[in-house]
Amino acid sequence: MSVSIVLVVVMALLYACAVYLMLERSMTRVLLGFLLAGNATNLLILIMAGEAGLAPIVGNGVAAEDMADPLPQALILTAIVITFAVSAFLMALIYRSWRLARADDVEDDADDVAMRAGMARLLGEQAAASSDTEFGTRAQAAVSSARDLEEQDGPAAAESADSGWTEPETGRAR
Amino acid sequence: MVVLLAVFAVVSVALAPLGRLLGRRVFFVAALVPLAAFVHALAVGPGIVAGQAFVERYEWIRELDFAISLRLDTLSWVLALVVTGVGSLVLLYCVWYFRADEKDLGRFAAILLAFAGSMYGLVLADDVFLLFVFWEATTVFSYLLIGHYTTRKSSRGAALQALLITTLGGLVMLVGLVLLAVATGTSSLSGIVAEAPSNSLTATAVFLVLVGALSKSAIVPFHFWLPAAMAAPTPVSAYLHAAAMVKAGIYLIARLAPGFAELPGWRELLVTLGVLTMIVGAWTALRQHDLKLLLAHGTVSQLGFLTVVVGYGSRDSALAGLALLLAHALYKSTLFLVVGVVDHRAGTRDLRKLSGLGREAPILATIAALALASMAGLPPTFGFVAKEAVFTSLLTGATGGTGWGWIALVGVAVGSVLTVAYSARFFWGAFARKSGVETVRPVREDFDFLFPPATLALSGLALGLLASPVDYWISGYANQIPQKSGAAYHLALWHGLEPALGISALTLVAGVLLFLFRNPVFLTQSRLGVGISAGDAFWVSMRFLDRTASRTTSITQRGSLPFYLGVILLVFTVGVGAALALNRTWPTDWRLWDYPAQLAIGVVMVVAGVAATRAGKRFQAVILVGVTGFGLSALFALQGAPDLALTQVLVEVVTLVAFVLVLRRLPARLGEQHGTAHRGIRAMIGAAVGIVMALAAVVALGARTAPRISLEWPQLAFEQGHGRNVVNVALVDLRAWDTMGELSVIIAAATGVASLIFISSRTDNLPRVPRREARKTIRDRQVRAKDSLTGDASRTSWLFAGRTLATRNRSILLEVVVRLIFHAVIVVSVYLLFAGHNTPGGGFAGGLVAGLALVTRYLAGGRYELGAAAPIDAGKLLGTGLVLAAGTAVVPLFFGLDALTSAFFESDVWLFGHVEFVTSTIFDIGVYFVVIGLTLDVLRSLGAEVDRQQEEETEGARS
Repeated sequence: MSVSIVLVVVMALLYACAVYLMLERSMTRVLLGFLLAGNATNLLILIMAGEAGLAPIVGNGVAAEDMADPLPQALILTAIVITFAVSAFLMALIYRSWRLARADDVEDDADDVAMRAGMARLLGEQAAASSDTEFGTRAQAAVSSARDLEEQDGPAAAESADSGWTEPETGRAR
Repeated sequence: MVVLLAVFAVVSVALAPLGRLLGRRVFFVAALVPLAAFVHALAVGPGIVAGQAFVERYEWIRELDFAISLRLDTLSWVLALVVTGVGSLVLLYCVWYFRADEKDLGRFAAILLAFAGSMYGLVLADDVFLLFVFWEATTVFSYLLIGHYTTRKSSRGAALQALLITTLGGLVMLVGLVLLAVATGTSSLSGIVAEAPSNSLTATAVFLVLVGALSKSAIVPFHFWLPAAMAAPTPVSAYLHAAAMVKAGIYLIARLAPGFAELPGWRELLVTLGVLTMIVGAWTALRQHDLKLLLAHGTVSQLGFLTVVVGYGSRDSALAGLALLLAHALYKSTLFLVVGVVDHRAGTRDLRKLSGLGREAPILATIAALALASMAGLPPTFGFVAKEAVFTSLLTGATGGTGWGWIALVGVAVGSVLTVAYSARFFWGAFARKSGVETVRPVREDFDFLFPPATLALSGLALGLLASPVDYWISGYANQIPQKSGAAYHLALWHGLEPALGISALTLVAGVLLFLFRNPVFLTQSRLGVGISAGDAFWVSMRFLDRTASRTTSITQRGSLPFYLGVILLVFTVGVGAALALNRTWPTDWRLWDYPAQLAIGVVMVVAGVAATRAGKRFQAVILVGVTGFGLSALFALQGAPDLALTQVLVEVVTLVAFVLVLRRLPARLGEQHGTAHRGIRAMIGAAVGIVMALAAVVALGARTAPRISLEWPQLAFEQGHGRNVVNVALVDLRAWDTMGELSVIIAAATGVASLIFISSRTDNLPRVPRREARKTIRDRQVRAKDSLTGDASRTSWLFAGRTLATRNRSILLEVVVRLIFHAVIVVSVYLLFAGHNTPGGGFAGGLVAGLALVTRYLAGGRYELGAAAPIDAGKLLGTGLVLAAGTAVVPLFFGLDALTSAFFESDVWLFGHVEFVTSTIFDIGVYFVVIGLTLDVLRSLGAEVDRQQEEETEGARS
């Protein structure tokens, strides 16, 4: 099947612009890139339909061979509306980000940055020396040297929430 | 047996809620279940002793030949008795062990009972995969039990360590079991042992299984998890780490020994590791101050002992091994329970802090003494009987000419000396009066609490006295292995003066001496302190793993989304590019364009696209991107796709409006152009992706040879879909499932938009204009129209809510135009919806047109006007649409047709003439509603709600 060079070139350039925009940090630009990519993709599907034809509407003696391929058209129609729905979602995201943080930028993830900077501490859970009792001072007739388990449980209980990474000390000031 | 297993499962589940109701008494309920299993085992005892095996088999996964098959023979029977008997006593003991205010008792009882059930299943399972399932279940429950004190770091660490080690072993074992099942063609354990092929594949498989067994039974080099697991509550240690779970490995070795003991390497491996474990464990036990740790290391040592004897694999040693296993379960669980009582009473298990307990608690001391006598091998306990049998069987093997017999015998004897020494140390440490240590206070001994350990200790004594009947009961297992030479050995309390008795006496004397000279021994031990232990090695490797993980994460997870996207696109370029480079089917047929206008439109689109990347202002960029979209719709129109052109134009307009609604709150200028990478790099990635996509398109098209499938569609659409517009029929009929999926996406996105903007609630809060007020507005207008003749300057309202807007925000021109066209536009949208089946249009286009009508109302009259124009909640519209679409899909099912099959009706209706109706139109109406719902959701979120928030902010700023 033959290829229309103009359409392919237009599609390639639209993709290039879309990727260029999507690699930005500004969320508005990412959305613009997304829209361009959507258009480029619809164009790609259109190219796959092959040569131009007549509208795929039965009647008036149009033969099926002369019609433009209706299958890609159905796919594109679906894609157009979905692109709109998703871009509306992205717009809502942009608005919310602006309203809550006055930022239109995709920030680096704070946790990942902390890990990269070596700020997050690694907390391996080594089996610490276990104590010599489960009852301690609560026992029936505890010896005077028995341990006070409440005391022992205190700091351990505070630790219990962690099992891997600590929260990085510096969060973004918001 | 299966019924009992089910009872275990059901009662375990019920225990957790019961615990809240019954408190500590929940353990009474729990103890009943293993007791029932114990009674069942006793009841079938005569049959077992007579050499019968009880088998139950239920098919489970026939394709994998996986069955729930249980088999109770002598070995399983002895183990089942131990597991259920000790289990019920330990559960009983828990009633008094825990304080009434202890947290999570129900959960603890449930897990302990579930563990008992899995252990019971493990010893009964005949299918190797069923065995594995129970095996892993015990691992998981043991993890939960060791970590019972969830707030203590030591408990969590120990639980995780035990889990990692035993799971690792379990997985290796699974590989071995699969190999064995494949090699023998059966997954039945008894079948595998009976067949026992001796080729290199089975040998490998058996050793893999042994890794699992050794890790479960804490044999060197996996021994270190057991002492750490003492962080568990003492009843758990008594049950899991003395009687039950650690015996699982020994059980498996005993199970395989009759078939595989003669494999080269089997005896060598087990005897070496067993002796090593026995000596290392006992040596370490001698150094412990914590009584529980002393027992733990002692258990490691005894497990090594059992491994040697059970793994040795002669008929006599098998008998001795089973007897020793029984004896060990009895005395070791007794001792753990005794330690629990001591701790319960004195508040410590440290033998340096205990003094004079023997005098204050004579019954406890007697129980401990009985168990210790059995452990040390003093007559007339069952421990003594078992040890005699061990020495004799190993001596027979050694004198029979195998070097490994001697190694085993000497190793076991040395281990026994140490065992005697630490047994004495235990008794001295727990009960003796020590100078300089405060004596424990007198407390009345609680007989209920002592009942479980006393029962266990006395059974140890009783079995010793009943040595000959016991021999009759359990020798069925040993008799599986043929006796090589001489008469078969029989358990007895008194064999006369023979070498084994001499060895016993010797070990006793040496052990007592070792205890008496404990201070010099202790000093020597300290001097011989080992540098690195297996436990340290474990932590070092875990730490290494953690570090590597964190390093890998910090390299790959940069936290920057553009970076991730760049990497993804690069991989895409390289991957698809490489595939394209290998391509050999380039198209031969090229054309510059289909029609010259393509070039003109294309140039406009490209210029707009490139300009959009360089635009400095938001609106500018949005308009430029819009231009590419309009260009695309022109291409569609010229290409023969009127539906697409229509929809694309409408979507572009709606998108533009939505964009404007959002952008009015953002600064006009796009900020500094900044990305993670240099602009040039981004441009290069963009160019590369563009080129790859172009090549992919060209190659894909060039590779196409078959005629397109949609050549049939026009005919299908007309004859079966009863529509002329092929694209529309495809959407609502031929490929309606796709559309259904799309509707779900749209609804999800619309809901997402609303929930992102409506921060507090999702319900529609568009202001409503009551009908009465609307009528009044119109009356007012008529009045004013008259007034205007008299020259009143106040403006007439053309829309219901027109006057709610501030005067400066109103545009009379807009209001008039909207007033005039709104209804007409709605009619057009309905026309598009119904005409779409035969001419360009359809639910999507119609819905978008209706949406645009709403947009005009909102733009002209603000949010009040939107509320008046769309008195329905957007969510309800979306829901109605989906219900209609889904209804068209489901209803045909009731008529025995495929989902989404359409039906056609036609008739002549008076006045309307010939009317045709296809049910797929209902589907299209659903689409129509969903699209209106989406537009309305966008308007009320990005429009009305944003207005409201803005007003709130301005008012907040003003006040």
